[in-house]
Amino acid sequence: MNLLLDLFLTFAKIGLFTFGGGYAMIALIENTCAEKKQWITHDEMMNITVVAESTPGPIAINCATYVGYKQKGLAGALIATIGMILPSFCIIFAISKFLDHFLAITWIAHAFRGIKIAVGILILDAAVKMLQKMQKKPMPMAFMLCAFAAMLLINIFSVRISSIILMLTAGLISLIIFLVNKPAAKEGAGK
Amino acid sequence: MILLELFIGFLKVGCFAFGGAYGAIPLIRDVVLSYGWLDDEMLTYMIAVSESTPGPIMVNLATYVGSSQAGIPGSLVATLAVVLPSFIIILLVTALLKAVLKNPCVQAVLRGLKPCMIGIILATGVCMIIRNGIVIENSAMMLRPLILTLLLGAIYFGSRKIKKGGISPILLICLSAAAGIVAYGI
Repeated sequence: MNLLLDLFLTFAKIGLFTFGGGYAMIALIENTCAEKKQWITHDEMMNITVVAESTPGPIAINCATYVGYKQKGLAGALIATIGMILPSFCIIFAISKFLDHFLAITWIAHAFRGIKIAVGILILDAAVKMLQKMQKKPMPMAFMLCAFAAMLLINIFSVRISSIILMLTAGLISLIIFLVNKPAAKEGAGK
Repeated sequence: MILLELFIGFLKVGCFAFGGAYGAIPLIRDVVLSYGWLDDEMLTYMIAVSESTPGPIMVNLATYVGSSQAGIPGSLVATLAVVLPSFIIILLVTALLKAVLKNPCVQAVLRGLKPCMIGIILATGVCMIIRNGIVIENSAMMLRPLILTLLLGAIYFGSRKIKKGGISPILLICLSAAAGIVAYGI
């Protein structure tokens, strides 16, 4: 089979059958691309997961772009990424046309009042899981707590400060601390 | 120019969404509320829908917001914008700059950025639970949201004590829908 077509269909299948996004998808991508198709090795899969964690954007998209590029260059990267997005794009587009009508039905509106509560629990759970994986050192803890407090205040007082500003500030502070500490560390090692 | 606004708004989300789907939610909330595209209520509903349909959550949210604001062109532009940064970054990293992520300065920036993201997600979750669980109407606290919050929280986190991994997010959403129908229907 044509490799581009194969890339497209494989990622469309992954896009169609993984619910919940993120890490659920990584397992399926590894199973399909590393074991069945042997497009990449397990080591490469590990690497791409690490890179995906240090770069923004959906992890599944990062994986699709990487595998596509490895197999067929730029065209492969494009085709694999489009394949990954297309199924959910069609599904969500269809839902967006009907959701307002659905919500006008009383019992569905009631259902969504319950669902609303579940979403808060899921977001909290995601944060707690990330927190458990985070290094329990003073520096990351301080960054995390400051961001948490700042975000709480922003929410309580409805200030229009974007969380992007918080992230840029944190990145900058961390860089400054690193640059200031570096010469000191070298001196220490010299003695 | 709504298409341009959608493009810029979701490009920002795509550029800064570290930490996967849940990292994108505070950013999308920022963008969507500041442009006035959706209210908090609809956004929360859509997060649940995105979680219950296949595909990456932030792509689903972009498609929905784009479609609700400007039909097919809007959904295409928003989806493209949210994916574009990670597409380009991965191409650059794999093709040209393998060493860039190992650079000590880049590492230093990421060391500050990632814990900050976790703090932001944590605060978003806490605020959402408080806002949805403690509802005050006519100077009386509503009981039903509070009871639903405690019940669903107990089921979700309690199920981990019984079964490894507990119940899945989709099952929690189904249970919460059923609980909502029962609690508000009677």
